[in-house]
Amino acid sequence: MRIGSAKQSYAADAALFDSRTQQAWLVLLMLALVAFPFLAGEYWLYLACLVAINIVSTMGLNILTGYTGLVSLGQAAFMGLGAYTVAILQARLGTPMLVNLLAAGVVAMVAGVLVGLPSLRVKGLYLAIATIAAGVITHFIFGHFSQLTGGSSGITVAPAQVFGIDLDSSFRLYWVIVPLTGLMLVGAANLFRTRIGRAFIAIRDRDISAAVLGIPLLPYKLLSFAIASFYAGVAGGLFAYFFRAVTPESFPLLMSIFFLAAVIVGGMGSVLGSVLGAVFMTMVPEVLKLIVSALPAALVGENATLVLSPVRTIVFGLMIVLFLIFEPHGLAEIWRRTRRLFHLWPFRT
Amino acid sequence: MDWWLLFEITVAGIGTGGLYALTGLAFVLIYKATKVVNIAIGEMLMISAYIFFALSAGMGLPIWLAIPGALLVSGAFGALVERSIIRPMLGEAPISSFMVTVGLASILVGLVELIWTADQQRLPEFLPNKHIQIGQAFISPKIFYGFWIAVLLIGGVLLLFRFWRGGVALQATASDQAAAYSVGINVPRVFALSWVAAATIAGVAGIVVGSIGGISSVMGVFGLSVLVVVIFGGLDSVLGALVGGVIVGVIESLTGFYIGGEYKLLATFSLLVLILLVRPYGLFGKHDIERL
Repeated sequence: MRIGSAKQSYAADAALFDSRTQQAWLVLLMLALVAFPFLAGEYWLYLACLVAINIVSTMGLNILTGYTGLVSLGQAAFMGLGAYTVAILQARLGTPMLVNLLAAGVVAMVAGVLVGLPSLRVKGLYLAIATIAAGVITHFIFGHFSQLTGGSSGITVAPAQVFGIDLDSSFRLYWVIVPLTGLMLVGAANLFRTRIGRAFIAIRDRDISAAVLGIPLLPYKLLSFAIASFYAGVAGGLFAYFFRAVTPESFPLLMSIFFLAAVIVGGMGSVLGSVLGAVFMTMVPEVLKLIVSALPAALVGENATLVLSPVRTIVFGLMIVLFLIFEPHGLAEIWRRTRRLFHLWPFRT
Repeated sequence: MDWWLLFEITVAGIGTGGLYALTGLAFVLIYKATKVVNIAIGEMLMISAYIFFALSAGMGLPIWLAIPGALLVSGAFGALVERSIIRPMLGEAPISSFMVTVGLASILVGLVELIWTADQQRLPEFLPNKHIQIGQAFISPKIFYGFWIAVLLIGGVLLLFRFWRGGVALQATASDQAAAYSVGINVPRVFALSWVAAATIAGVAGIVVGSIGGISSVMGVFGLSVLVVVIFGGLDSVLGALVGGVIVGVIESLTGFYIGGEYKLLATFSLLVLILLVRPYGLFGKHDIERL
């Protein structure tokens, strides 16, 4: 609780960013984001776009897992559906980018509702296993409906066009991806100030009490699935535009685990956590790459890149395990703790 | 329709099903005792196969020494996992412990790829390799003997449950934890026991599966089928794991032959979705899933 922040109207109380300091920091952040592409090199821009895409998908999974309490191991599958939708629309119809992205979200959303349907009968872990099935089935569809999906070689995506400009570099894509990410984050943050978002939280905390309070569980669970998959679909669409190619192997189960790890590491049930988690988890492989390349050759053997992929897999797993055991609320909690420290300094909480 | 061919494929399916049942048993053991859904069961199986590989091919131990050695190490590994990452999650939401096992699976895959690379390896032969013939049907000897190993082990484990003190303690804990505590059962030790037993059983399954199809870092996929098996049979039912294992094995074998190998997983998972919709507690599971 902060001192001296008395609210005089409901609007002020409900505001997303309520203090001057927060608003000032936000403006600074935006300025930094605008200045970033002009200052940073190609590699950092590439990373920034990747991080932004992952943030969207992580945010979606966090709505489902963190806020509604439904574990999903199918986030990569929904991303794949989105990516394929974009790739097919772009190649066959050549519809504009935003329409494609919207379609990607909607296709993933429909799939999400279908996968969520077993929640009519089961809950919790059974559902998590059903979402693995979604991954297997979509992988099969991508690989075998070759007429539409190009089979195992996938589809190459032409660069997106906005106002006649080809978005063919990270620099140009940045101006689409990052604002879109911001929009979706604000959307998510606002969601939890509405009846729907509150209902999700109520279901997570105790589904029976939620039902008693008059929240119809099935529609809301399906809605949560729908929103999460919509986010995943849009992220997948951006993924397709960013990598300019989609194959069935682009969306393995490991990717779903990656997003689950991002949600856990960042902090379940927190918008800030989704951002921190996605940034953290995207940067981990890059940092590992640096570490492995810095190690003496005698230690890693002749082929450093061969070592990298397994080490990454191990680190993903370790992150999940260690954060769950030692910091279940994730980076968001560390952030809050640090902030509190400064609020009260020199006193301790 | 060639009936002998159908028979041959069905028998091969039952053979694989025996191994599914065995691994399913390991899964159910953990679930019954500790209520942890262990998604890393396929990876535990894989790690045992690799330990066996390291002991026999790597260190050159004879087979009769390498197998018990590998099982011992697997059991110890089960204890280590329980003590280090499952115990701290005690009392947390079931979803947390589930996600810990997701992490564990990822760690194990990474370790195997790091130490042994992702390439496929062959385990040394230890099963007789003379073809078995029933009528006009030929049965692969590895699957045949693998099946009987699974049956023997399952029988042994069931007898242990029934007559050994530790097994009875495990059953007591499964049916009512608080009551088990109050009659003096050391429940945390039962938890550890269930993980050790499950890891050892999975170890046997891993060695047999590995000797049939070779070992690689994607062996954990076997565990995905096992998940379907246990959900089919009911998460907390030993009988369900056995029946489910055989049924899933036969279905996979039939689709693999008549439709195509790549349809196997699709068939299994379509079955899973169907079951979740129609009978989510499985064939023999307890009907205590709340409909929420």
